[in-house]
Order: sequence, then structure tokens, then C-alpha cells
Amino acid sequence: MVESFVELHGDRSSGDDPAIIAGLGTLQGHPVAVIAMERGHGEDRTRRHEGRTYPEGYRKARRVMDLAERLQFPLLTFIDTPGAYPGIESEERGLASEIASSLARMSSLRTPIVSAVIGEGGSGGALALAVADRVLMLEGAIYSVIAPEGAAAILYRDVQRAPEVSSKLKLTARELRELGIVDEIIPEPATADAETIASSLAAAIADSLSRLQRKKVERIVHNRYERYRRVGRPYAQAPRRLGIPGRRGPDTRVS
Amino acid sequence: MSEPEANQLADRDVAAREPDIPDFRCPACGAAIGGTPEYEQFRICSACGHHLPESARACITRLVDSGSFKERDSDLVSSDPLHFEDEAAYRDRLRDLREKTGERDALITGVARINGIEVAIAALDFSFLGGSMGVVVGEKLARIVEHAIDRKVPLITVSSSGGARMQEGMLSLLQMAKTAAAVQRLHETGVPYISILRNPTTGGVFASFANLGDVTLAEPGALIGFAGPRVAEQVMGAKLPPGSHTAEFLLQRGMIDAIVERPAQRTYLATLLSIVTAPRRGHERRPLRIRRDAAPRALLPGRRFSARARWIASPAQTTCD
Repeated sequence: MVESFVELHGDRSSGDDPAIIAGLGTLQGHPVAVIAMERGHGEDRTRRHEGRTYPEGYRKARRVMDLAERLQFPLLTFIDTPGAYPGIESEERGLASEIASSLARMSSLRTPIVSAVIGEGGSGGALALAVADRVLMLEGAIYSVIAPEGAAAILYRDVQRAPEVSSKLKLTARELRELGIVDEIIPEPATADAETIASSLAAAIADSLSRLQRKKVERIVHNRYERYRRVGRPYAQAPRRLGIPGRRGPDTRVS
Repeated sequence: MSEPEANQLADRDVAAREPDIPDFRCPACGAAIGGTPEYEQFRICSACGHHLPESARACITRLVDSGSFKERDSDLVSSDPLHFEDEAAYRDRLRDLREKTGERDALITGVARINGIEVAIAALDFSFLGGSMGVVVGEKLARIVEHAIDRKVPLITVSSSGGARMQEGMLSLLQMAKTAAAVQRLHETGVPYISILRNPTTGGVFASFANLGDVTLAEPGALIGFAGPRVAEQVMGAKLPPGSHTAEFLLQRGMIDAIVERPAQRTYLATLLSIVTAPRRGHERRPLRIRRDAAPRALLPGRRFSARARWIASPAQTTCD
């Protein structure tokens, strides 16, 4: 999909996370910065720890975000991870801090950002690289606040009930477009092979970019802030608007 | 489940049920602490210093000047956007919690003074669905951050949360992006932000606004981490060493600035606030060199100057009241 790609390695601090592939390339002849999550196949899967991102991965990603802003390249991110790597080594190297910084950095990055959820969007580890002006999603991909297995374990103490829970979590592309979290669904017809799907994804990305790049960067950043600022606002309301019996707020109790 | 975690869970249960029984015992050392001044005032053990759960409202009350707290956005409730239901309907759970806790959701926000210095403050209450962040918490947090930007007053958040609220699905997860974006604006506007982490702070709250403080404090012994020990052990398939995921562990690894016990917190905040709001040399009449408009000018369309250049170019436009 991306032509003449040059991969960049390392976070310039402590290491290089093989679960994140980052670099510079061209898309339909125009330069782009790319951050992609990679689970790996076969033996490679272990080396890339199944796409679970380490703090170094987010630091490397932030390096490429900074580069994208400096060079005025649009940023593309591809999301496919079961979640960030939750081990103790992640904690002691600042995983949560890296995710928070990544969210904050992307929210104000002065260049267009397009994200595509191409497999599994696993919780905060996925969102950390998916704060974008336009979010695309493959028809069959999922994007969830928590893995259905985890949710089933918490709600029912029974991992077997994951399928039932996953329908409650509203994690499909179609449901997320209804909630306004995803902008565009890339169809995956049963007859299409991987290459066909990749080329329709590339076309959708190029289309999004050409529309975004007509706007001033200040406008893009402002709109991106508003986009995320709006999320959930219609569902956080005063009780009378929801038909819940009103009662004075507890604001007098602290004095 | 690791032992500290088991203890911490036990603490929550005991204190949530029986906060004021006279022969209440410390779940860490077993000393009788019910009725002691330390327990009554700070919810800490007078014998071993163990920090027990404390409600968000009690925390705000003890941190700020008496009578100075004015709550904001106290009326927001969740409309249950996903119509989520497990063994009970989420809607009913919320109603019961509202009745039981007297709060409408897990975050309390408002403005107050600490040693006379005006601050914006937000505190999460763990007893309301594990302090989880859904649409109401995210919206209230974003609003108080924007208020801090508008008023140019330092922001303090007190966190205690299991993370994003599962029952509101992806809308909850996206509150991480929303709150982080709001704090990023706060940073760009130059308003100071102090984040206090309490037991437990994990998941989407620890990986968004709570981890973006200019100064980050924690309470002693608090369980703090992205994934929480149970998830980590499940994924790694190995036992964690004792003491991982604690405030002390994070301090040693350079992830937080200080561990401050409850009795010392007010003084610590007052000192820090007096420093960050002190007048800059040469700008005695402007205690905080922060601009009046909410959004950094550089982010607004049609402006040619960066925030800093603009300030130097026209100091008359900036005031500090």
C-alpha cells in the first residue's frame, strides 16, 4: 500500500519495539509518515510479542509523530493490537505515561492524521495511536474498551461467555460508526482477497488526506480537538433531560 | 491475586460498609483505630500509617480552605448510551449507586482555595463503580480543565479508579483522548497541573489525564499501574514480585515526583501552589503569566502568532485577575 517505505528503528532512549513498525514512505507518490502495529506471523509472532506494544513502541511512535510535524508529512497509523504489554517491565518503563503522552501529542499534532483499525483495536494501547482527524475501520475489525474475554471474566467470572459480552460492548465497525467514533468503513466482501482490500483502504486513506490537506493546519488541529471534546457529550446530561426524577445536587455538603 | 492487592480489596469492602464503627480495626496491622483522630480526620491508621479508602468529597474537604469549595456540573448523569445489561441493568446500577453514595457519578469537580490560592479541583470516588471513567467523568473533567484554562488557575486532580467504564464501551475509552487533549491545552496555555494518585489508580485513568500532571504525587502504599497485577499475571503467566505496582515502586523507577501522606498533603499543595503562582520577576502584577482566552491562539484559525510571540507583542491583552 505504501510505496518506497523506509523503516526507522528505536526510541532513542532504551530500545526498539518490534511490535511497532514506523517510518517514512510515499502513498500514491506523496510523502507520509507511518506508524503501524504488527503482530507478526508464525515464529515472528513471538519476536513481536503478538503486537502487544511496549513503552519503547510508543516512544518510537512519538519520535515519528514529531518528525511528521517537522517535515509537514501527514501521519498514517494502522491499529492492530490485543492491547499494550501489561507486564512489570512495561510498568517500570512508564507504559501509562507513554500512552498518556501519545494521546496528548496526537491531539495537538500540527499535521493531518488518518488512523485505520485493521484488525483488533485493543483498548488504551490501541487508542494511544488512533487519535486522528479521520478514523477508518475494516468491516470485520473490532475496537473495544476491553477484550470481550476480560469483560466476561469480570462480569460473569466466565471467559466462555465472551461472545455474549462482545455483542453488549458494541465493538463492531458498524456500531462504532453509529456512535460517531469511526468515520468510514472499508468493506471486506467475502470474495475479495487481501490485496483488493488493501487497495480500497489505500484509496480511502488517499481520499481522506486530499480532503484534509486542503485545510489550514490550525483548522485541522482545532477540529480534531472538538471531535474528541464532543465524544460522549450527548450522553452526559442533567437528569431532567433524561426523565430521571430531579433532586438537588449534593453541592451543599462540603463546606 | 497478590497479597497487597487482596488487602487493598478487603480495605475497600470493610470501609465502604462500616466507616464509623467504634471498634473498627486497621486491615493492615489489626490495631483498633475506630474513633482515633487520625482515622476520623484522614482515614489513616494511627498505629501503622496505613491509608484507608476515603471518599472524594472528604478528600476535597480536607485539602481546601474551609467553606471555599464550590461544586460545578454536579447535575450530570449518564444516559446509559449502550443500554448495557449484565446480571443487572447498568441503568439500575447507576440509580442504586446514586442513592447509596449521594453522588451522581464518580467525579466531583469544582473550584476552591488552598491557603487563599484559587484552584480548580477534581476528585474521583472509587466507591462509585470503581471510580471508572465514562461519559460523565470525561465530560466533567474536560469542563473543569477548560475552566482552569479560562480562569488561569492551577488544576488539581485526585485519582482513584479502575480505568475506563466498561458499561459505556468505546465511548468510555474515547474519554481518555478527550481528557488528554484537554490537559494538553492546559499545558500549552501554561496553567500548572498537579495530579494526586490514590489507591488504586489503574487503566485508562492512569494512562490519560492522571499521568499528565506537571507534578505527580501519590499516597503511600497505593496500587498504581496500567494493567493491575491480576491482568499482568494472567498475560505473563508468572507471579509478580511483591511490591510491584505500588507508589513506592513507581517513585523508585522515576515515574512520580513524591509520595505524600494525607496529613502532609495540604501543606505540600500550599507550598507548591505558592511557588507556581508567585509573580515572575519583572511581571509583579501578573502572578500567572497566562493568557485570557481559553484556546492557545496558535490553535485558533486565522492567527499568525504563536502564543508566546503574541504575548510579547501585546502584553495589554494578558491579565491575571
